[in-house]
Amino acid sequence: MNSRSSHPPAEAPDAPAYRPPSDLPFFIALSVISGAYILLIVLLLVADTFYTSWGTIGQALCDPAVRYSIALSLISCSVTAVLSVCVAVPTGYLLSRHLAPASRDLSPRQAGFRRGALVGLNGIVDTILDIPIVLPPLVIGLSLLILFRFAPFRFIDRYVTYEVPAVILAQFMVACAFAVRTMRVTFDQISLRREQVALTLGCSRGQAFLHVVMPEARRGILAAGTLAWARALGEFGPILVFAGATRMRTEVLSTTVFLELSIGRLEVAVAVSLLMVVAALVVLVVTRLFGLRESFLKGMAL
Amino acid sequence: MIAVQDLCVQAGAFSLADISFRVAPGHYAVLMGRTGGGKTVLVEAICGLRPIERGRVELKGREVTRLRPAERGIGYVPQDGALFLTMTVHEHLAFALRLRKMPAAAIARRVDELAEMLDLRPLLARWPHGLSGGETQRVALGRALAAQPGILCLDEPLNALDHETHAQMCVLLKRVCRQTGVTTLHVTHSMDEAQRLADRILVLERGTITEVPVAAPASPSGYEGGGGSRDMDAARPTA
Repeated sequence: MNSRSSHPPAEAPDAPAYRPPSDLPFFIALSVISGAYILLIVLLLVADTFYTSWGTIGQALCDPAVRYSIALSLISCSVTAVLSVCVAVPTGYLLSRHLAPASRDLSPRQAGFRRGALVGLNGIVDTILDIPIVLPPLVIGLSLLILFRFAPFRFIDRYVTYEVPAVILAQFMVACAFAVRTMRVTFDQISLRREQVALTLGCSRGQAFLHVVMPEARRGILAAGTLAWARALGEFGPILVFAGATRMRTEVLSTTVFLELSIGRLEVAVAVSLLMVVAALVVLVVTRLFGLRESFLKGMAL
Repeated sequence: MIAVQDLCVQAGAFSLADISFRVAPGHYAVLMGRTGGGKTVLVEAICGLRPIERGRVELKGREVTRLRPAERGIGYVPQDGALFLTMTVHEHLAFALRLRKMPAAAIARRVDELAEMLDLRPLLARWPHGLSGGETQRVALGRALAAQPGILCLDEPLNALDHETHAQMCVLLKRVCRQTGVTTLHVTHSMDEAQRLADRILVLERGTITEVPVAAPASPSGYEGGGGSRDMDAARPTA
């Protein structure tokens, strides 16, 4: 039976009708789980808001100690954010471009020793940078305190420990680790190719970094700075241990909440907490707006 | 002129060994070969973007084997154009000139010249975002040619283009290279592209370079090299 050449092939018999299970339970499960968490966050803020009143907030704002702590928080967080970015940009770039074994081409001759050394070095540096993230905050404060018992730190101890520089250093130790992580991911995502093209066009490594990589990394830099700022604002443990909680000297907003709670002034503690919430929200919104404006401008492409 | 002699390059587990070929001044050489055959690695080594283990690279009679990419006088156009996301088309064309600290008037003149040659005038104020494939490659080409390099390396520059744009770009490339007299090494895996553009066709296969004759119409002046030899000096006089 040779019908292939003269007739079109017979249509394949229908497979039994099949209906996959409904997609609805999947989406319901997703919405319920994520919705519950988001709701919890919102409820936290709403509860805070209802617990206090404008009067209490106004009263708290009039307290010179609270004013001092607001000012010190804003200044120390900003200094920490700037310092963190200054350290995180070079460190993140080094980790992403020069320390990651995948970024290097090594011949078999070099592979044994050099690759081994690079993998080892990369691992060690990576682990060290994770220490401030995983270490209990109190331990970081204590370690700072101990460090300043030894030379050469001992010589500047009395200008640092229990003074404003201690606040900034305590914030910086943790915030910077997060900024480094952010910058590393940022540089990982920036194509090496554009940097290489810049090199062929006449750039030195530094010029390629400055003219091509840095402008592309600006959103990452902003994100790293914001993250560092927010971490610094929330920092409490290391500050308590290393800088103390002296009114009108080393008191920042998180310390104020602690001090007010410890003397039983719950409403003031809540009012100050709300101030911190507002500050955090402002930072988040500003970051978002900046990001949006940039992508909007790019989308218009003039 | 491009002269590569006994070149050994390592790229991870992949390696190229004892590669030799020459491209005479002003010629348009097309380097072909399978995907993963090492064409890109070879171009990167010539551009100075990959460390060279052994052998030597000469560009315009000057040994550049150990020089940094910036010192080699090469224009490089990678596959996707790799335009700088934070610069306008105008800034792309002026980039290499600004690095060389040329006076503003000279930069403006050169940018105008490039815009005219590559038909980029209407695009000068645009950002890379939103440019079509052909426009992107024209900008990348202009950026590479701005500082008037003696050598142009194109790594599969026409891959992502539709048929019509591809044909237009072939004509443009040929015209621009004739006009500027730049020695070109163009990597592709399309024989059609090679036949349209090449003065010489080199094939990199299993770590060896062989030469394939170019169909007569694409190279009216002909070539007298021997197919199959590993060291192929184009016998044609300087274009």
